[in-house]
Amino acid sequence: MKNNDKLIIGGHEFQSRFILGSGKYSMKLIEAAIRDAGAEIITLAVRRANTKDQESILDHIPEGVTLLPNTSGARNAQEAVRIARLARELGCGNFIKVEIMRDTKYLLPDNQETIKATEILAKEGFVVMPYMYPDLNAARDMVNAGAATIMPLASPIGSNKGLATREFIQILIDEIDLPIIVDAGIGRPSQACEAMEMGAAAIMANTALATAGDLPLMAAAFRQAIEAGRKAYLSGLGRVLTRGASASDPLTGFLRD
Amino acid sequence: MVKVNGTERDIAGKTILEFLAATEYDPKRIAVERNQDIVFKSQYGDTVLEDGDTLEIVSFVGGG
Repeated sequence: MKNNDKLIIGGHEFQSRFILGSGKYSMKLIEAAIRDAGAEIITLAVRRANTKDQESILDHIPEGVTLLPNTSGARNAQEAVRIARLARELGCGNFIKVEIMRDTKYLLPDNQETIKATEILAKEGFVVMPYMYPDLNAARDMVNAGAATIMPLASPIGSNKGLATREFIQILIDEIDLPIIVDAGIGRPSQACEAMEMGAAAIMANTALATAGDLPLMAAAFRQAIEAGRKAYLSGLGRVLTRGASASDPLTGFLRD
Repeated sequence: MVKVNGTERDIAGKTILEFLAATEYDPKRIAVERNQDIVFKSQYGDTVLEDGDTLEIVSFVGGG
């Protein structure tokens, strides 16, 4: 399965279906996290620079790992476009996760502004991966705006609450002809596995690892869960009975009569 | 005065290259925006800072 089951984003091929966040933990753990996660894509944020006595996070990311900067901090499309352009000028490729929030309590994404930013950035040649509230109409608009993937939230960012939006993510998986990458709120490997069984193309996780007891070990657990869920999806799940039972053992040759 | 990442600095008249050379920024790891327009690295030596300019100097940090 491994060799021909690839995740394709903006023409780039990936073997791994686990996108790793790099926030809220020591950059010294990043290398181990990437290794144990088997991740090929890692997200970053853009912020005002410190001076050179501070280490750069880039020193801890192995060559060959694709950087996925986000536009966190943006409150509207214009700010997201500005951050995306700065991220590209930092010289690490043209992938961008568009993340626009007006709401500071629940950190919910603003789909309308995200559609606008997606359109502008796709025209400028970015591989645009919009983070969104899972709404079919908005997702269709993002497809038309030139998105490379759709990244619906499972539950509020950083909450580790799991697949609160399960039914709506399933609709996106069924109806949108782009990779659906479940992003935000996935708190445990079992939830990542479930999303993959549903047909999600990949999982993005950060807080679930950053707040775990042993980060690299949890990265490995997520990796296995995501791989398991993918295999189950490719296999096709067994059916569920509406009622009753169905014996797994032969119904003949009993030691009776 | 020129506002650099929110702090006023007395660097009007210098080029961006001259300003950066006198700081601890690692030029390979930053992007520079002047009055909300990106200044490409090739333009650092030709861009003279003017009184009232705003510079933003950014880099990558950990994030989700």
